[in-house]
Parts: sequence; structure tokens; C-alpha cells
Amino acid sequence: MSQSQADILKIENVEKIFEIKVSSFKSKNLYALNKITLEVERGKTISVVGESGCGKTTLGKVVSGLYQAEKGTIVFHDQDIAQKKPQQRGLLQKDIQMIFQDPYSSLNPRKKVRDILEQPLKIHTKLNKEERMATIEKTCADVGIDLGYLSRYPHQFSGGQRQRIAIARAIILNPELVIADEPISALDVSIQAQVLNLMMDLQEKLNLTYLFITHDISVVKHLSDYVAVMYLGEIVEYGTKEQIFSNPQHPYTKMLFLAVPDIDNPILSEKVLETGEIPSPIDLPDGCYFAGRCPLKDADCEKEHPPLVDKGNQYKVRCIKV
Amino acid sequence: MSEMLRVENLNTYFDTRKGLVKAVDGISFSIDKGEILGIVGESGAGKSITGFSLINLIDSPGEIVAGHIFFDDRDLVQLSEDELSKIRGGEISMIFQDPQMSLNPVITIGKQLIETVTYHNPETSKQAAYKKAVEMLELVGMPAPEKRMASYPHQLSGGMKQRVVIAMALINSPQLLIADEPTTALDVTIQAQILFLMKKLTKEFGSSLILITHDIAVVAQMCDKIAVMYAGRIVEYGSNKDVLYNPKHPYTKGLIQCLPKLNEEKDRLYQIPGVMPSLLHLPEGCYFSDRCPYADDECNVYPETKTIEGRLVSCHKVKQIS
Repeated sequence: MSQSQADILKIENVEKIFEIKVSSFKSKNLYALNKITLEVERGKTISVVGESGCGKTTLGKVVSGLYQAEKGTIVFHDQDIAQKKPQQRGLLQKDIQMIFQDPYSSLNPRKKVRDILEQPLKIHTKLNKEERMATIEKTCADVGIDLGYLSRYPHQFSGGQRQRIAIARAIILNPELVIADEPISALDVSIQAQVLNLMMDLQEKLNLTYLFITHDISVVKHLSDYVAVMYLGEIVEYGTKEQIFSNPQHPYTKMLFLAVPDIDNPILSEKVLETGEIPSPIDLPDGCYFAGRCPLKDADCEKEHPPLVDKGNQYKVRCIKV
Repeated sequence: MSEMLRVENLNTYFDTRKGLVKAVDGISFSIDKGEILGIVGESGAGKSITGFSLINLIDSPGEIVAGHIFFDDRDLVQLSEDELSKIRGGEISMIFQDPQMSLNPVITIGKQLIETVTYHNPETSKQAAYKKAVEMLELVGMPAPEKRMASYPHQLSGGMKQRVVIAMALINSPQLLIADEPTTALDVTIQAQILFLMKKLTKEFGSSLILITHDIAVVAQMCDKIAVMYAGRIVEYGSNKDVLYNPKHPYTKGLIQCLPKLNEEKDRLYQIPGVMPSLLHLPEGCYFSDRCPYADDECNVYPETKTIEGRLVSCHKVKQIS
């Protein structure tokens, strides 16, 4: 169990399998995560991007302990946490925190903001009441919550403010790694920029590492250092932001970029109709999972499943046509 | 081009227990035959209520209290419920955000499509309606359309369901199609396909389209004309080019600036401070003044709507912005 100094998290061959009932007597395996290997560098932002159903949220949940992996290792502080429940992770758990998509359902409606923020401190620290209040006040100042609001309930806030509360709850224990699962997609456009800016400021101030899970490619471009593109439970392309955005190699990544609407970039042409839909993740083919939608596909692609090939300079891609 | 729909000074109010909510407060716009109009704004800006008002789908305590909606020499505001129900789904049809909610879960999609035809054209034979339904499914890119006629909504993916909804909306060749966030629940690749289809089919059918969305990048792809709504009023209204590339209202400008862009590196996103005021507690003067970098004493009076460089804009500070 070792990891290099620079890496905060080392994910190796992680598999998460769900059993899906197909009839009363038969169930099939759904590989939500299929041999995921990923290294997360300290103080950086790594974005996981892909369509719904690609396993990106499952990856976040496995790292945070909400799910346990079936196989593989996740090394954090020289310990394997892949198959450990949050209770078994002990003090390690407080260093991994999570921000969820929907700030309407991630905050307990019956608790005041003060109690929501105090709870993690009660569980993980030995601070006394005054010290806890001081920590809460400091965190509120960091994320921009007015101290007068501490006695209010979540429903009294707007979506953006709630997400600030959720962020405050995530950073109050001074974690090293924050997993953000679509943290801005439920927010209004004018609020998204506020929350993104806040997250970037906090990263600088507190030296946070982000595992950023999103489907929004413009946001990925804006804040990532590294990007992992996932498709049907696998990483199909991985590299630095510059590598992925200036020179995407995998046909799936190219397809995704082609579909992103942008004010200055017209996308609507006959071409978009060729992109097809993500197939069912049950009973995947032997060959490349993407072959059915791929413009470069030939007979070779259906023979063997392509491996994720390390091309050097931290760049990896899973396609035999590259 | 001839005018298809003209909305004059439309007011839709909700008389709630907490007070009168002016969800749509005196808006006017028009749409020509074959034109695509985008209505953009944040949640609560009144854009959906505008869409619902057009076909009078406003539930109590809401009510259209004033204004005219001229469509084909008729004023839709004056029509009875019977007359309206003939227009809905016939001459004017609507697509909603969640395709799951717009389809009946216990009736096959074929039957639902056929019913839409025969309700509005009782003289059509069952066979003709069936044939038309299959043709429509084919047009919206449904694979194996005849087979799909017997499917229930739950057997289709989200993107496929939205295709069915579009087929249903267009099956009677409506003159006007109102689409309320039609792609918000879909993946980017599917979103691009659906948008392309909607644009192509409305042009082919010669229909006009009102696209209601929060996503300014989607509007940029689709629309000929754009109306930007804020707190129940239109603050800027003009051609796609004028509004997006030379915005005159500080809110429009902010909305465009705060988007992360694919072809541009920014260290920090521009952010519009604060949130949209509650419709129950609107400021005295300009509704945007609290968040506006240009606001001063002049803004304590709501600005009149002026024509500036080809578009309508409601702002005192237009000169400073240009």
C-alpha cells in the first residue's frame, strides 16, 4: 500500500457490480465501474465526464464510501478504503467530503443551518461548544453565508445559498479531498458562476483536491487540471485538460465535444444525428463498447475489447484506431 | 413574412395567500410564420408561465388579468375552454421538459399518437392515422417505428420518449409549437439531436416555434429572435445577433459573460452578484438594480422600454453599457 507523495488518491482496477433482476429467477450483472484506474494529484482538480449512466456518480460514491467496491483498491493515506464502509474508515472518512447535485434534497429540512454545520464537528472533532461555533463562523465567512442566517432552515434559502451551505458542510472539517457530483447543474445560470468561483477560491485557500463529476463540458474546460472521460463504466480517455481539449483522440470524446452548444459555435447539423444513444449497460459486447456508435468502427473493433493504452505524458486512451 | 402570433401587454397574476404575484407583468412580443423565438431567463422569471398563458393552461389561483394574444385573427384570451381545447394539440401544440410526464404510462405510444390525430380530425380513418403516426415517428428518428408503435413509454429511453413527444406535437402540423425546456433533462449528445430535429421539422412544416429555456447557448443555436425575461418582464427583445453579440441590457450582458466557454480561457468567471428578487418583494424601481453594476438613483424608477439599435430594451443605462 504505497502511493507517491504527489498523489492523494490512487484508484486501481476498481469494480462496482450491481445485480439487476431481469426476471423472477434470473439476474444479470451490471458493471457500473469496470476496472477503473485513476490517480488524483494533491491540490488539483480532476473532472470525470460522460453521459448519464456512464458510472461517473458511482465512482464518486465508491470513493466517498457510500458504495463499497467489489474488487480493486483505492489507496488513501496508505490505506485501502475501496471495500470499507464509512464507519470502518475511521478518521480517514473526515478527509473525504462530498457535495451533491441537488441542494434541495441534500440538506435536512428539519435542521437549522447551525445544526447542519455543527453535526460533522460533533462527530469528528473534540471541540467544545465555543470552538465549534468559532469554526462555523469562520467557515461561513469563507463561503459567504451571513451569520444572521444560522438560525434559519434550508427552505428559507435560494438554491445558490443552499449550495453554499452544502459546500460549507463539506469543508468545515478541513478535508483534503472534496467530491463534487454535479454541484452546479441544479442552479440557475447566473448562480452557477458564483458557485464555481467560490469553489475555485476555496481550493486555492484551503489547498483542496477536487474530484469533479459533471456532464457539462464547458465547466470541465474551465476548472479542471485533468480530465477522465467515461463510457459505460470505463475510462476511455484520460489526460491533462490541454491534451483532452486541444487534441481529443477517442471518437467518443470527439462526439461529446461536437454536441456541446456554445454561443460562438454552431453545432446543429446533420452530423449530430449520427451520434446515437448510449446502449444498455447490461450484456455488453465482447469488443469495444463504443463500436455501435463509432464512425471509425470496423471488424477489428468487435473482436477484442480494447485496453486503456498509456501513451506517455500521463495520456491514456482506449481505442485501437488512434 | 406574415405575423403568426402577437402578444400584447399580457399580464398573468397569481393571487396567493402571501400576496399578489405578477408572474407575467405586461409583456409584448410577436412571432412570424416559420420563425423561432427564444425566451430565456432564470427560474421564476415567468418564462414558463408565459408559455402556459399562450394556450391558457393557467390554473387557479393564476389568471390572465389583462392583455391580448392574437392568433389567426382571434384573441385567445377571449376564447372559451371548448374552443381552446380544439386549438391545443392542433394549431398550437406544446412540448414540456419531462417527456415521462407528458406521455400516458398505460397506453401505447401508437395509440396516443393516433388519438392526437383523430381528436382534431375526426374524419380521418384509423388506418390513415396509423400511417401518419408511423411516418411521424420515422421523421423524428425513431428506429423501427412500426415496432415502436406498440411500445409503452417506460420501454423507451428519455431521448426516445422526447422524440415521441415531438412527433405527437407535430403530427397535426401545428402553426405554432411551444417548447418548454425540451432538452434540459437530456444528455448533450441527445440534446443536440433533439434540437436539430426540432429546428429542421419546424422549418419543414412551416411552423413557428417558441423555445423556452434557461440555456442561452441553446437559444444561440436555435433562435431567430430572443426575449430575455427577468422577474416577470421582458428586459431585452430583439434579433439573435443583436441580443447575443451586442447586448444592451446589463442582465443579458451578465448572463452571456458568466458562461464558461469552450474556445476561451478565463481565470475567473464573471459573476452577477445576488439573486433574482422574490416576485412578492420586488424593488421600487428597476428590478435588476440590486444586482446591476451600473445602477444609481436614476434606477429607482422602472425604466421605459426603448428601441435601441434595432432591439427593445428596458434600462436607463444603455448609453453607458454600449
